[in-house]
Amino acid sequence: MTNSVKDWPLWEVFVRSRRGLSHVHVGSLHAPDAEMALRNARDVYTRRQEGVSLWVVPSAQIVASEAGQRESFFDPAADKVYRHPTFYDVPEGVEHL
Amino acid sequence: MSSFEDLLADDGRVEPRDEMPDDYRRTLVRQIAQHAHSEIIGMQPEGNWISRAPSLRRKAILMAKVQDEAGHGLYLYAAAETLGVDREDLLDQLHTGRQKYSSIFNYPTLTWADVGAIGWLVDGAAIVNQVPLCRCSYGPYARAMIRVCKEESFHQRQGFEILHTLSHGTPAQRAMAQDAVDRYWWPALMMFGPPDADSPHSEQSMAWGIKRFSNDELRQRFIDMTVPQAEALGLTLPDPELRWNADRGHYDSGPIDFTELFEVIKGNGPCNAQRMAHRVRAHEDGAWVREAASAYAAKHAARTREGAA
Repeated sequence: MTNSVKDWPLWEVFVRSRRGLSHVHVGSLHAPDAEMALRNARDVYTRRQEGVSLWVVPSAQIVASEAGQRESFFDPAADKVYRHPTFYDVPEGVEHL
Repeated sequence: MSSFEDLLADDGRVEPRDEMPDDYRRTLVRQIAQHAHSEIIGMQPEGNWISRAPSLRRKAILMAKVQDEAGHGLYLYAAAETLGVDREDLLDQLHTGRQKYSSIFNYPTLTWADVGAIGWLVDGAAIVNQVPLCRCSYGPYARAMIRVCKEESFHQRQGFEILHTLSHGTPAQRAMAQDAVDRYWWPALMMFGPPDADSPHSEQSMAWGIKRFSNDELRQRFIDMTVPQAEALGLTLPDPELRWNADRGHYDSGPIDFTELFEVIKGNGPCNAQRMAHRVRAHEDGAWVREAASAYAAKHAARTREGAA
């Protein structure tokens, strides 16, 4: 029996505010299918021309990194400051580098 | 739970999958749900006037405003769901009276001027309450509030404009505007909640970064910004003790009769039963739409499966 709103999947909504910018997450909504999700997303999240393009993605399809493992997951980048240009000494007077 | 305490100490934001104390989660669910319920119940007093708006311009504006309130409710239900609750359950708790909504919506809209007074005073008070929530420690709530606050400022201005037009109209229109302000002023002040001394949850909410200012601080801020606006409208506020206090740098005001607020919260306001009956009826009347949408989705999903087989 799928005739219940409880079975409507949760969709995450992403809006591209104008061409040249990427889609940004704005919120979520429930809808029975992708088409309704898109229409509802338009009404809920772009009433003031906030977007020129919309994505809706079933929340269940999103794979996320574990909040509890944030440190072990992201720490390997912490001690590699040489990946940033500010790490390097540039002699006085050298330009365009 | 030390990461939670560290986050708060650092004025950082808590995100859905972070560890958080159960009480923090419960408090947020209660507050966000109540807030969401207020938005959708708030559609009713003004919706009452859509069919009788005095011009096509006013009607289009009012429809956009009422639609915004529905949208605000949906932003907030989305934020509440990130805490692990189900939107349908929240609606069910509203419909069965287990969760509340703002008492301000239990007052009737008797005249067109009330639509102006709601926009100016009720939305004005809501903005003062809500702007600090944009910095709430819970990320999804704060982000929803940023959207809500951007949209509310149109609501307040359209209300002010309605009253300004009436107060510069015929004597009857002016009297109607004054009457609306007289009736909505005190209920608007009560929207900030009980005085700090009688607000049991405030201290904990402040410590958690959910609340940033006390009820009385926000109420004072609202009074200070509203008095000059009333003067610009040429309308009076129904408080004979309202006067500028140069020593404090604030307006002094008369005592608020909070017994009225508590009566309305208990369900004895002028429109409590009507609002709830209308809400439940609207939900039940919409059931066939939800069922049709579900049936359509199920049929097409089945066809897609057959096509794939």
